[in-house]
Amino acid sequence: MLDALTLAAGLAALALAAWCGFAFARDEPTKDWHFIGMAVVAVLALVQLVVGVVRLSGGEKPAQGTAIFVAYLLGAAAAVPAAGFMSLAERTRWGSATVAAGAVILAVLEVRLYDIWGG
Amino acid sequence: MSEHTTDMSGHTTGMSEHTDTGERAGFDLGQGPGRLLVWLYGVFTVAAASRSIVQMIMDFGRAPLAYVLSAAAAVVYAFITYSLVRGGGRARRAALVCCAAELVGVVTVGTWTLLEPSAFPDATVWSDYGMGYLFIPVVLPLTAMVWLRRAPR
Repeated sequence: MLDALTLAAGLAALALAAWCGFAFARDEPTKDWHFIGMAVVAVLALVQLVVGVVRLSGGEKPAQGTAIFVAYLLGAAAAVPAAGFMSLAERTRWGSATVAAGAVILAVLEVRLYDIWGG
Repeated sequence: MSEHTTDMSGHTTGMSEHTDTGERAGFDLGQGPGRLLVWLYGVFTVAAASRSIVQMIMDFGRAPLAYVLSAAAAVVYAFITYSLVRGGGRARRAALVCCAAELVGVVTVGTWTLLEPSAFPDATVWSDYGMGYLFIPVVLPLTAMVWLRRAPR
């Protein structure tokens, strides 16, 4: 379940990065549809945070330590919403670039999460 | 300053230009491309700070040098983020100095970790020129310095 979520969130993040990167290339700010996309990715990361915490409270131990795992879960849940808020205040192509960067960061975090959980 | 109909219009235009360059402090460094830099510096502040805090709490004795260097990196990142958001001439100069310091830090620590790996039982943000972070620690100060020189004054 957790690995599937990690994969889904990672792929969704990459898709969001490509989409917002495309908007950046076309000199466009983030639009409503982009924010819906961000919401989908953010919900995936949030569900992952909840599932991760539930698994931890069930007594399971991440391979590389609980503290690091929780820190990365929190970072993953915060990455896209934070970038989204910054792009709200930046109505140029650079707002799109910010979200694209945030989505790439989330994808990297997902790879690390996979390692931290499974070893 | 918006009264264009006065007979002193030429004079007022000159005045407003003067005040524009003089006190247009605002958020000029954190807009446009600067917004992306604020975001990346913010992320690296959190990354470096949380990394050093977690490692120091868990086992400071394992690699004290690496953890202290990560903490120092976090402070530099935090200050540059703050300067970019604050904007203005002084913040610009301060950020330029810090970016230079950051670049020196990345190159020094990067070379140090390659020459003497035994001094670093655990990695820092700047190990191997920031390879574990997609080399962004090297690219970021260079990009930021270009932006700080070019940003609208």
